[in-house]
Amino acid sequence: MAEKKTLGQEFRKGLLTENPVLRLVLGTCPTLATSTSMVNAIGMGISVTLVLLCSNIVISLLRKVIPSKVRIPAYIVIIASFVTIIQLLIKAFVPALNDALGVFLPLIVVNCILLGRAEAFAGKHKVLASAADGLGMGIGFTAAVFCMATIREFFGSGTLFAGADSLLGLFGVTSFTGINVFSHIPGIEPILIFVLAPGGFFTFGLLMACANRIAERRGKEKAQLGSCDSCPMASACRLRDGGCDGDGEEAAKA
Amino acid sequence: MVDDRLLTASASPHVRTRDTTRGIMLDVLIALLPALIASVVLFGFRALAVTAVSVGCCVLFEFLSRKAMRRPNTIGDLSAAVTGVILAFNLPASIPFWMVVFGALISIVVVKQMFGGIGQNFVNPALLARIVLMVSFPKAMLASWPTPFAWKDASTADAITSATPLAILKSGDGTLPSLFNMCFAKAGCLGEVCAAALVLGGLYLMIRRVISPVIPLCFIGTVGVCMLLYGFTKGENAWTFALYELVSGGLLLGAFFMATDYATSPISIKGKIIFAIGCGLITSLIRLFGNMNEGVSFSIVLMNILVPHIDRLTVPKPFGMEKVKKEKKAEVKAS
Repeated sequence: MAEKKTLGQEFRKGLLTENPVLRLVLGTCPTLATSTSMVNAIGMGISVTLVLLCSNIVISLLRKVIPSKVRIPAYIVIIASFVTIIQLLIKAFVPALNDALGVFLPLIVVNCILLGRAEAFAGKHKVLASAADGLGMGIGFTAAVFCMATIREFFGSGTLFAGADSLLGLFGVTSFTGINVFSHIPGIEPILIFVLAPGGFFTFGLLMACANRIAERRGKEKAQLGSCDSCPMASACRLRDGGCDGDGEEAAKA
Repeated sequence: MVDDRLLTASASPHVRTRDTTRGIMLDVLIALLPALIASVVLFGFRALAVTAVSVGCCVLFEFLSRKAMRRPNTIGDLSAAVTGVILAFNLPASIPFWMVVFGALISIVVVKQMFGGIGQNFVNPALLARIVLMVSFPKAMLASWPTPFAWKDASTADAITSATPLAILKSGDGTLPSLFNMCFAKAGCLGEVCAAALVLGGLYLMIRRVISPVIPLCFIGTVGVCMLLYGFTKGENAWTFALYELVSGGLLLGAFFMATDYATSPISIKGKIIFAIGCGLITSLIRLFGNMNEGVSFSIVLMNILVPHIDRLTVPKPFGMEKVKKEKKAEVKAS
């Protein structure tokens, strides 16, 4: 860690410049799978954010207790506990969302955003910084999935917030079930390919291009994927202490 | 004494052909004309309107995307117009116009310009647009075929739809048109209804040396052989079955006008043969054993993706290279 960052900076970096989905390209599978509808995207985003926040805090608290040889199993146990809690809560209070997200809810356990943040950040930072990082990354993930879902649901199903009553039911509102945009325009039908896999990849690519463009305009460099700081394997890498400079030839000899 | 001026030379190339992109594209447009006339005769004004919307939108999107990317304008080379006509030829006459506009957007902006414009597209733009439309709007693209000549009878013009010969061949329900009708007037996409007009256009392109006959002949030949073999195993009248398969669907349109696209077909003759046989095999397999009636568009797009690999495997050997390589191998073995 070259320079000390403030809590606000740790929080903000996850939103755009190091957005886990659009800039670090982590968690692609749940992103593509749950971005077919806006309600699913919000549900998935909130679940991931909560798990990420809690697991980052706990892992950061335990970072000096966990032996480095068994840290990955330890991280997974911590993450899995929080995922189980979230899943039981969703099953109890929003069963429709549980059905819609299906296997992708328990699969948060092996989501590379969570493992990546645990390994790259929470395992070697203090609690408050880890919490800010987890919250920022979680909100960044939610925002990216939500943008994708808005585009895909609007063009692919012709609706906005379809099935919103399942989420709003938590607050006692069940009258709003989404807006059916395309049904008001005669002769227009939804473009099915947007909710299918090819449309998902296409939207993903477009959003990535937009995120890169905005980040470039702000004068920020591309996320440093090559540096040790963002590499989840950095602490396991034996080249690191010898000063890994990318190819690591020198360090390997030393 | 030698005059110095005789030995000076400018940078290569020294011998130029008079072919231009514009000239080649104009030839393709001329070759597509008979099929366009046939489709207008069969489906009426609507066919012309679909083609006009498709061409207009393709040219417009080409102009706009070049402008947005701050690149030189390329609508003058007519390649966008050719894409527009071929796209229209891949659509049924009854398709809503906004879907045609969406198809033009996919083919020009997404497939062609996002990858760098003419010559840089990795698959045929019109074909990929057809596949996207087919996946997006299965009802409009695959289930409503206007009956030929129905437009003349005003009372039935919008109502009548008929199954394509391929659907009849596959399911066995309904009666096939006579072989004469199969060659001149059948239900289907705009461009595939008149096999005779397509062959005419293909011959024109071959005579003008715009396309080489290798790809169309190998493609159609492979499908013919596969269908004959299948016919014999089924014990039906194999020759008639194969002939029906050859003139139905988009096979002729695909073989003459889409598989031969310069940017998405292999360079060497050996590569072209591999490419065309692959197209023919995939088409036959989809038609005979897949759950879709037509496989030409998928087969060409799949083989388009393989073209860089085919090209790498079929690099022609320069004169004298083979010997050197063999000696080297022998040396390695000896050591």
